[in-house]
Amino acid sequence: MSVLVDEDTRVVVQGITGGEGRFHTEQMLEYGTNVVAGAVPGKGGQEVAGVPVYDTVQGAVREADADASVVFVPPAFAADAVFEALDADGLELVVAITEGIPTQDMSRVYRKLEETDTHLVGPNCPGVITPGAAKLGILPGNVFSAGRVGVVSRSGTLTYQVVDNLTQRGIGQTTAIGIGGDPIIGTDFVDALALFEADPETDAVVMCGEIGGEDEEEAARYIGEHMDTPVAGFIAGRTAPPGKRMGHAGAIVSGSGTGTAQSKIAALEDNGVPVGDTPEEVADRVEDLL
Amino acid sequence: MRLHEYQAKEVFADAGIPTPDSQLAGTVEEAVEAAASIGYPVAVKAQVHVGGRGKAGGIELADSESELRDAADAILGMDLKGYRVERVLVEAAVDFVDELYVGVTMDRGRGRPVAMVSTRGGVDIEEVAAEDPDAIAREHVDPAFGMHPFQARKAVYEAGVDRDVAGDVASILRTLYQLWDERDGSDAEINPLMITSAERDAADSASDEREVIAADAVFNVDEDALFRQPELAEMEDEAGTGDELERKADEYGFDYVRLDGDVGIIGNGAGLVMTTLDLVDYYGGDPANFLDVGGGAKAQRIANALDMVFSDDNVESVVFNIFGGITRGDEVATGINQALEQFDEIPKPVVVRLAGTNAEEGMAILNEELVTVEDTLEEAVKRAVEYATTEAEA
Repeated sequence: MSVLVDEDTRVVVQGITGGEGRFHTEQMLEYGTNVVAGAVPGKGGQEVAGVPVYDTVQGAVREADADASVVFVPPAFAADAVFEALDADGLELVVAITEGIPTQDMSRVYRKLEETDTHLVGPNCPGVITPGAAKLGILPGNVFSAGRVGVVSRSGTLTYQVVDNLTQRGIGQTTAIGIGGDPIIGTDFVDALALFEADPETDAVVMCGEIGGEDEEEAARYIGEHMDTPVAGFIAGRTAPPGKRMGHAGAIVSGSGTGTAQSKIAALEDNGVPVGDTPEEVADRVEDLL
Repeated sequence: MRLHEYQAKEVFADAGIPTPDSQLAGTVEEAVEAAASIGYPVAVKAQVHVGGRGKAGGIELADSESELRDAADAILGMDLKGYRVERVLVEAAVDFVDELYVGVTMDRGRGRPVAMVSTRGGVDIEEVAAEDPDAIAREHVDPAFGMHPFQARKAVYEAGVDRDVAGDVASILRTLYQLWDERDGSDAEINPLMITSAERDAADSASDEREVIAADAVFNVDEDALFRQPELAEMEDEAGTGDELERKADEYGFDYVRLDGDVGIIGNGAGLVMTTLDLVDYYGGDPANFLDVGGGAKAQRIANALDMVFSDDNVESVVFNIFGGITRGDEVATGINQALEQFDEIPKPVVVRLAGTNAEEGMAILNEELVTVEDTLEEAVKRAVEYATTEAEA
């Protein structure tokens, strides 16, 4: 089993006719993802890589039976695209890859999300992959391998790095979820951890966090109180100077003691989560847990 | 993007928030002229993007022209926490009895805007928040509806603002929220919002009402929303910001932070770049910078990144850590070759680690006479630290 996506997931790609949408649709198809439709206003009736395009997401759901969406729509229109996906009847999952969506737009999306049962992953994320079954997003499929470890991470490329370390020593993954580094995201650490906890095929979880915000501290408390599945952790940004913003919107250290790598590592360790100093060491910790 | 105080005050004043008379001055003479038309006493305030300007000597009061000359002369050209002061705001000094804090920001944990009011204004509000969180009244706003009038009143009464001015403060808070909402603010703050003394106003304007006036103004704009805020985008004013390298990084559009060490670091994705910094430190080196080329970087962008890092005189070696997802290894390799082939001699040793999308294609293209290639992150970082140590000794 896996979480969020599997070989039966029927994907609609929003923005399929754009450069990124087209390229990654081809990549997803090549990986074996069941891409059944595209959705682009005004482009209904066209085909991209053999995939039929519809004018609306609702049309793609109705005609092609899509149950998950991946959003490759430029930032100015991306929030509207996510709203459209959340509004369509029948989508269980929406993965928003777009980077640079205005924060206030995301605040309104988040408000809408509270009224629906749909899972939103992202925005500004690499996507979700169940190795050997399906990938929704931009993750490089060849790094991943099927197995029994769940992965959740705020940073895309760091996900690839940590997974590569796991794969290199034969530790496969059930599902990897890149939740994104923006200040407001859909699925967060706690949501992803709950999905893995409920999945009988996931024997251990790797959680990759970074400086800024308090999501990792909250996740640590959740692990301590609610999880039987063992978790290993990694926190990026130990050397970050206070007051400077390091790329991700969340990756700033206030200097007041919260949101630092040290406070996050301490919170994880206090809740029984071993934390590796390097991605290589994270793989060591996972090996110990299995 | 941060607006300077004088710009934020223009925006606030246009929206109807009362602000003191003020003028921008770049020289002592301009400051004298400004003060003459405003009338003494005045405050002279450095226009640089740093907090705590008052404590650092960036704000002075002047009662007379000679005091003003001294103050303007001291502040103009001074180094304020690493930022050179090029302009001052000369502003009517407000005779106040109380100082409030009002602000609007995004509560990322709850995914909602939050409006805040405190009677502990005029000081570092982060300290108040840390030591006595109850001293700040908070009201979360549903972004679908905006701030209801009752929410502004509730925050103001719960903060314990004087009844005389509560209505005015509530109205300012709502205006501030609307500005924040319509102009894509990330933070909008007035600290202090001054309450004037009734007596003075009674003499000046035949009124015994107290008034509130924004003595400082902060407005930071969400960079991602600048495309729909053309007026604010035009206000981008780099005077008194960052060092030369950070300005250059802005031009190139990189996320870049300069640090004290000697190992230059270039990577893709904030988390991976931070991890590379941490590993440099772990293996006994000192990171010279954080540089994230972002997702999907093409060859020219990679070449620009190398140019940036070579421009830092402290750099003794450079490590490239690219794990391609949306970024392609062949583009990265082409960019590295382009940047290095223009040198007769490479300024500092460059170590490259390429993995992920099109990594093999990239490795095939990469000119191995110009760089050191390593297969793993750990090996690449160790090698770069080693080079930095050797170069520093040489």
